[in-house]
Amino acid sequence: MDTLASRRRVVQMVFIIISVIFILRLLFIQVLNKSYQQLANNNVLRKVTLYPSRGLIYDRNGKLILFNQAEYDLLVIPGQLKKFDTTNLCLTLGIETASFKKDLLKAYTYSRFKPTVIVKGIQPELYAQLQEDMFMYPGFYTEVRTVRTYPFPAAAHVLGYISEVTPKQIEKSNGYYQQGDYIGTGGLEQYYEKVLRGKKGVKYVLVDVHNREQGSFNDGALDTLAIPGTNMYTTLDIDLQRYGEKLMQGKVGSVVAIEPSTGEVLAMISSPSYDPRLLTGRDRGKNFSKLYADSLKPLFVRPLKASYPPGSIYKPLLGLIGMQDEAIFSNTTYSCPGAYYVGSLRVGCHHSGFVNNIIEAIQHSCNAYFCMTFRRVVDNNKYKTVAQGLDSWKSYLASFGIGVKMETDLPGVGYGFIPGSDYYNKIYGVGRWNSVTIISLGIGQGEIGFTPLQMANEMATISNHGFFYSPHLVKKVDDDTSTVLKKFKEKKIIPIEKKWFDLTVEAMKEVVEAGTGRIAQIPGTTMGGKTGTAQNPHGKDHSLFICFAPVENPKIAIAVIVENAGFGATYGAPIASLMIEKYLNDSISTPRKYLEQRMFDADLIHNKFQPAPEH
Amino acid sequence: MDKRKTTNNLDWGIILLYSVFVAIGLLVVYASSHDDTKPFFDYRQLYIRQLIWVGTSAILAIFILVTDNKFYTSFAYIIYAAVILLVVGVFFFGHEVNGNKNWFEIGSFQLQPSEFAKFSVALALAKFLSNQNINLKYNNHKMMALALIFFPALLIQLQGDTGSTLVFLGFFLVLYRFGLPGEILLLGVGVLALSVLSLVIDKFILIGILFFLAGASLYFIKRNRAGYFVIAGLFIGASLYVTTTNYVFNNVLKLHQQQRIKVLLGQEVNVKDADYNVRQSKIAIGSGGFLGKGPLHGTLTKYNFVPEQHTDFIFCTIGEEYGFWGTTLFVSLFLFFLTRILTLAERQRSKFSRIYAYGVASILFFHFLINIGMTIGLAPVIGIPLPFISYGGSSLWSFTILLFVLIKLDADRLAVLR
Repeated sequence: MDTLASRRRVVQMVFIIISVIFILRLLFIQVLNKSYQQLANNNVLRKVTLYPSRGLIYDRNGKLILFNQAEYDLLVIPGQLKKFDTTNLCLTLGIETASFKKDLLKAYTYSRFKPTVIVKGIQPELYAQLQEDMFMYPGFYTEVRTVRTYPFPAAAHVLGYISEVTPKQIEKSNGYYQQGDYIGTGGLEQYYEKVLRGKKGVKYVLVDVHNREQGSFNDGALDTLAIPGTNMYTTLDIDLQRYGEKLMQGKVGSVVAIEPSTGEVLAMISSPSYDPRLLTGRDRGKNFSKLYADSLKPLFVRPLKASYPPGSIYKPLLGLIGMQDEAIFSNTTYSCPGAYYVGSLRVGCHHSGFVNNIIEAIQHSCNAYFCMTFRRVVDNNKYKTVAQGLDSWKSYLASFGIGVKMETDLPGVGYGFIPGSDYYNKIYGVGRWNSVTIISLGIGQGEIGFTPLQMANEMATISNHGFFYSPHLVKKVDDDTSTVLKKFKEKKIIPIEKKWFDLTVEAMKEVVEAGTGRIAQIPGTTMGGKTGTAQNPHGKDHSLFICFAPVENPKIAIAVIVENAGFGATYGAPIASLMIEKYLNDSISTPRKYLEQRMFDADLIHNKFQPAPEH
Repeated sequence: MDKRKTTNNLDWGIILLYSVFVAIGLLVVYASSHDDTKPFFDYRQLYIRQLIWVGTSAILAIFILVTDNKFYTSFAYIIYAAVILLVVGVFFFGHEVNGNKNWFEIGSFQLQPSEFAKFSVALALAKFLSNQNINLKYNNHKMMALALIFFPALLIQLQGDTGSTLVFLGFFLVLYRFGLPGEILLLGVGVLALSVLSLVIDKFILIGILFFLAGASLYFIKRNRAGYFVIAGLFIGASLYVTTTNYVFNNVLKLHQQQRIKVLLGQEVNVKDADYNVRQSKIAIGSGGFLGKGPLHGTLTKYNFVPEQHTDFIFCTIGEEYGFWGTTLFVSLFLFFLTRILTLAERQRSKFSRIYAYGVASILFFHFLINIGMTIGLAPVIGIPLPFISYGGSSLWSFTILLFVLIKLDADRLAVLR
């Protein structure tokens, strides 16, 4: 017998000890330590977000004015790169080789296995070209994205644009938005973000070590589909909008056109405008900075935010308030000496002579008459003090949506400004001001300010003989469950008797037929309107005009303001009436063609107006 | 006794275990490598190739069982020489895979002669040690045995296959069983411990510790001149070893080997590539939990998170898909298998057969030790296959030959004395 036989036990012991160590280690790794399971899930499961396509936007006639188009990103997985012709690729894409190489290096340091976007926003035409060459560039991939596309280069301010979410927006969204998502910015895109964006879907995919998709997880039980955004029908008439933008070319100002019977905004122009296509695609950032730096502020939404002294276009409102408060009567007369004198103060008037009634006063825009009216309104015996009189006047204006936030469906709506007693108490001290101190309010000058939207709404309300619907831009949202539009169905009635409106409409008809707005006449159409010239302490007066037509059954009410363009009749009235004619008749009558051409050609920005140098 | 009947006295238990392992191998190779975009019976599918290897292995096994066992005893040295010639031949005609030039390429099949070297050494060592005149007490006999083992090991190391070289250390178990003094084995373990310590602890501190240990041990041993010499010799040897280990580590080992060892010692966890394999392997095994994800549901192994998961890291698939019960069952089964081989060894009347059986057990054990140890982060990443399980023709063939020669010798244990 082998004396070494007992060594068998030693060898066997070694086998057993090692096996036990292995089993203990496996117990630790597989059963006791749960972190490996967590790590494994991170390894294999990828949550892929499915982006819904954004809702489409139509104009009031069903013309598509905003849709989505495919655009492509070029991605790179550095670990899969083979030698390739950099110059050729850059040439195809039309990008600089040096910066491309730098981006490539950045992608490499980020991750060798994860895809990195290296070129953004490749247009479909370029993509088609690139696709043919892709076999030469292993490691590069393309990914489709949808971008907003504007068939007409118009209504930029109304539509808004989409941009990447800011960290603040991500924080506020309760986890909906993630880095790199897009969000509506400005205009309808912003206001109706929740309607348009749809619902993101989620897909859980299994990926291999190189991040390549290997199939769905759990047979897709946890996946959700992306729900496309809801389509919207706007109240805009895109043809009218484009026509108006063409008329406003070379001018700074705004146009707002409203359908009085519904409050639907037919056109909203902020001039100078920009091509909305500039803010999509690859050069978005570059174009944005350029627009942002422009001294004429093309990104500023004037119809909503700019506040102008309304000048004479406010006089009909003052007349209405005066009559309702019995400060004046329809037949109140006044002998205008060509100015309004009170003490040492003189308010000039463009006209002089005897004013028989309120109709004539509006027709000739008599400053003296309305200074008188304003003093009677605020000094009315009904009120104990001038402060109460002023506040009553202010609340009448507020019922028109002036001096308060006008309800609408665009973000960033301005209030305009209507001073009240508290305002003057602060400036002059309580009891240290009276109707004479603030007499310029009688002719719509001074601290008072209307936004163009408020001016248009004023016109719509008068044309309606005393009511309005909040001006809005969306007619219909495809998804019927949505209640976003309910507030625009609410009729707002002005606390002024209809008979005073009847008179005012009559007067405004006279303005166009035989008053200051004769240039606005359209053959075969009855029209009411009011010119205005807003004094501008910084330069030439602003030209204002509000009007509506037809008088009997108003289809359109419009406010036009052309900055630094002089009298209301010079630019405001022609542009407003041309737009009305275009809207009602679809074409411009031959005798007015010359007017149309003159408006097209007028370039007030470059010929007559020098923007104030930046400070 | 009917000598023509080869099925006589066959150890069917071992054959059954072998078949079970091979079947598990096929299953997990399928699980970790099947490509659904290709047809099921496609030659490019690795499991189909593995199936071919299994089939040819079966033919090899039958061939071995019908061959007269004298062939192995008589030609042990010749087989040894032939395999060494093949290994040398690789230097000249070999095909390079992953920087290691140790493959022969025959058509689209590749053959790795180093896999067969282990078998030939087991045979030659059995032949050498079974010689009545050989006693491992004698130093020159020790040297001859070591030369027999480490000559092919050296050739294989020269080809860059460190994993296969390490397996030859397994033969120390054989030498130990058949007379190598246990102190040498302890010395070996000591050297290994010193190697690790010298990479972890500053060498001067380590020498200080050694000096203290040497001084302390003087109290416990017989204080004669020989004792002093032994202690002093050990101390000087250990100190020299410690001071040179770092040099060897930095200058002899390849960079990736250095990194793998550092990773194992927890010194370099931030090097992405170095600990990637082990990290992914542990994640895959760990993600199996207690019950596993179920057959063919191992997502990590399927999607290539674990590199070489169908060859060296095949154990990950078992761990991920069958969980703790699966891995425990497998380890236990393998332990039972090894024990069974030891039982077989001890029942041999022929010393040749017994030594050879220990050779087989040692080789299988070292593969088991290093392969599984590496997948669970207890051994450095050294690419050697898990016997019978890992994908690969050379390894399956060589293990089949290794085992079935033992089965053949065992079947004839009553017939002759060799």
